[in-house]
Amino acid sequence: MNTITPDQAMTDALAEEMRRDPRVITFGEGTATKQYMLAQEFGKKRVRNTPLAEGIIAGTAAGAAATGLRPVIDLLFAPFMTFAMEELVNSAGKLRFISGGQFSFPLVAIARTGSGWAVGAQHNHNIEAWFVHAPGVKVVMPSTAADFKGLMKSAIRDENPVMFFADIGLLHSPGEVPDGDHVVPIGKAALRREGSDVTLISYGKTVHKCLEAAGTLVAEGISTEVVDLRSLKPLDEAGVLSSVLKTGRAVVVHEAAGACGVGAEVAALIAEKAFDKLKAPVVRVTGPDAPPAASFPLEQAYVPQPDRIAEAVRRQLAVGR
Amino acid sequence: MTTVEPVVDRSVTQALETMLLIRTFEEKSAELQAAGKSPTMCTSVGQEASAAGVMRALGEHDLILTNHRSAGHLLARGADPNRVMAEIHGKSTGYCGGKSGSLHISVKELGVILTSTIVGGELSLVTGVGLSLQMQESDAIAAVFFGDGAATEGIFHESVNLAAVWELPILYVCENNQWQAYVHRKETMLADHISDWSKALGVASRTVDGNDVEAVAAAAREAVAYIREHRKPFLLETYTYRLRGHMEPDDQAYVDRNELSAWRSRDPITIAERRLLTDGVLTSIELAAMKETVRKKVEAAAEFALASPYPNFDQLTTDVYA
Repeated sequence: MNTITPDQAMTDALAEEMRRDPRVITFGEGTATKQYMLAQEFGKKRVRNTPLAEGIIAGTAAGAAATGLRPVIDLLFAPFMTFAMEELVNSAGKLRFISGGQFSFPLVAIARTGSGWAVGAQHNHNIEAWFVHAPGVKVVMPSTAADFKGLMKSAIRDENPVMFFADIGLLHSPGEVPDGDHVVPIGKAALRREGSDVTLISYGKTVHKCLEAAGTLVAEGISTEVVDLRSLKPLDEAGVLSSVLKTGRAVVVHEAAGACGVGAEVAALIAEKAFDKLKAPVVRVTGPDAPPAASFPLEQAYVPQPDRIAEAVRRQLAVGR
Repeated sequence: MTTVEPVVDRSVTQALETMLLIRTFEEKSAELQAAGKSPTMCTSVGQEASAAGVMRALGEHDLILTNHRSAGHLLARGADPNRVMAEIHGKSTGYCGGKSGSLHISVKELGVILTSTIVGGELSLVTGVGLSLQMQESDAIAAVFFGDGAATEGIFHESVNLAAVWELPILYVCENNQWQAYVHRKETMLADHISDWSKALGVASRTVDGNDVEAVAAAAREAVAYIREHRKPFLLETYTYRLRGHMEPDDQAYVDRNELSAWRSRDPITIAERRLLTDGVLTSIELAAMKETVRKKVEAAAEFALASPYPNFDQLTTDVYA
């Protein structure tokens, strides 16, 4: 077991996969500059800096992926992906289907997202759900250092384009990562805490907010289960449902805005497949329909905090059958 | 390392036959559309010399990216007219199993890959293809066909710039057909030539008469030789004209009649025919026979497409994920 930051875990995963597979290359804005250890080990051909132009970075990745390489691109901050939507959604996501399966797009696009650095709404915007709606792409968003590593390795080995959202607030908090070839499968949720009264379903940094809330609720005699989705597409339906069928209550929590968010999908899933086991309506605790502010207190207030989550749980337990 | 065998130039006669095939095919396609027997499509009528000329300069291992106006490129590369027509009709016998339709047909086995109908989409993908060829130390090059409309997209600048900086083996073929969907080029750009723009980014370029198939083939051969020798990109602008509308049906009411008739008098097929007849390379009897051969081929393609089945409903969700 190593204690490293998620940032380091991603780099370690990339380095290990580059050693394992010569087709893996990485490029992006400042990639060779910031990942100079990778550049040193693998050379300038496999570790490249690019212009500040997300469209061509993503398009190049898609074209390279379809012709034999396995690119890992760094698009820096999630809002910058708006410049690359065409390439990620229309090309990488659709051209496999359109061509009748003639091409595959094994690429990983990394984007940092979420509050924590007080960088304002054009650097901090949780747009992961946009990609969940895009056919042909997979979406992951880990919450632990171990998952940053394990999901990155899976993403690089996947034959499909994978959007890898890295929660800024977690990137520099060290955590334990197992030694060796630690691979976490895409599409499998993790049970972070077992409980019997209510299920909190979340991903990214709000998983930790949920765990804090769960800790607080113990004193009130409330036993809370916490499910970490990790993979937003494909969604681990069985993982979500098995917990909700057990507790009969679900609160879905994420930093992204609520409307048409991942939480809406999870709530719909529960309503469709676990309705008769529900003791109370599913509720969501999400960010508001507003751009996140730069000002630190406002930025933090945007994020569902443990007290808001705990309050939602109490309301869940107060109603129902 | 892949060895590239240049395709032997089999004379202008063959280029003419290719152009006739494209013209007849697209006019048949438009005719079927007008009769309610085919979905809509974008033709390249008037631009056949660009497709036929450039393809003659490419080797069998070279990779080609094209766009929504692609039937000419596909047929010039040797695609089966039956399967192209079937794809336009959304039939299961089409090259993409009917999932593409006319707008984004790819034929991997012929090296026609990653066709995008998003104007400029092909420009964003070609740098990745060029990067793969570079990393694989292949002798092959990537050729990308796009129009003056795509050149006004920001991705053109991004693509050509990256290709220049990374020294990617890419032949940019800008088919400057004067039309950007329903808007004349002169409304959207001050320059007349896209070749000037690539020079500003450090990419060598040339404009050629896009209606003279011999001139296009010769310029393309030089461009391809330059790319193979220097392992750097090159932009070839084929200056031409879209004789039909943007998308079938189109009455072209928005088109200047004088301009249209001026370009009609420079029809690339007429130019090639006249030259071959005047030079005695082809007799009028041989030309008539060639046209008849092409006509039969296209009629057969139409019959094949019309008779082919649509894809099964289980195809709705296949090929989405690998």
